[in-house]
Amino acid sequence: MPKAQALTTPTISTRLLATAAGVTGIMLLLAYLVAFDQGALSQSGTYLHELMHDGRHLLGVPCH
Amino acid sequence: MPLTPSYPQLLLRGLLAGLVAGLLAGTFAHLAGEPHINAAIAIEEAGAPAGDAIVSRDVQSGPGLFLATGLYGVALGGILATAYTVLRRRLHTGSDTTAALSLAAAALTGIVLVPYLKYPPNPPAVGDPATIDQRTAAYLAAVALGLVAVWAAALAARTQTHPWARATAAAAAFLVVVTIAYTLLPTFHEVPDDFPATLLWDFRISSLGTQTILWTALGLGFAGLLARLTHRTETPATVP
Repeated sequence: MPKAQALTTPTISTRLLATAAGVTGIMLLLAYLVAFDQGALSQSGTYLHELMHDGRHLLGVPCH
Repeated sequence: MPLTPSYPQLLLRGLLAGLVAGLLAGTFAHLAGEPHINAAIAIEEAGAPAGDAIVSRDVQSGPGLFLATGLYGVALGGILATAYTVLRRRLHTGSDTTAALSLAAAALTGIVLVPYLKYPPNPPAVGDPATIDQRTAAYLAAVALGLVAVWAAALAARTQTHPWARATAAAAAFLVVVTIAYTLLPTFHEVPDDFPATLLWDFRISSLGTQTILWTALGLGFAGLLARLTHRTETPATVP
């Protein structure tokens, strides 16, 4: 059995934390787009909202 | 020699694992959840026939569903990889697999199970449109408090050394936070009296299955990609 070697993670610098915070913000916007947006973010009217209707229900988000 | 992947390498693996997990969850949702959504919509339309929909049912239950679960999976995968990068050293384990799976399990507990038991999801035809803003805010508060409960459990475990004491402290901290949260959060009773209980139950189980598959596949997929990364970086590169 090969020895399990652990990866170390990058050193936590201010720059890494700032990037991580930015990425987290983008990911939360993406999740918001699926779960809650009604056109304000997507600028598609309610098209995307209606398109992802079933996903919202089955992902456990309050829908209507 | 320790191997140090960059944040972009870790993030890419999280996003990829998230996409796959989202599509798997979408497949389950399509097969196990859609029949219940269709049945609920039939009840809804018997009461108030809907006009022409912007998006047809076929598109909502097929491509639309997979788009939703896929994008949601990508977003959660990005968040998991970011949390892993920032928290890995604080998890005090020599195993990347244990670290990745612990974070995914914590997320499943805090983001899915805690909110789910307070605010079980509803199919179409259930829920008062007038309270959607309050229910959305309460749901997000339940997600936040779920994460606080998991975090409190991790902190409480650290105050103890014996494994039994660690487990007991973690369980106690978790239950105290969840009990206080459930007591303070508002309650909504909006299921119509004549809505079939079996349909409500079946829908809710299919929603729980969808979310459980998403987080389980995401955790396992991310951990698997990390293991491949270790393996690859261990093997000396062959120069052609």
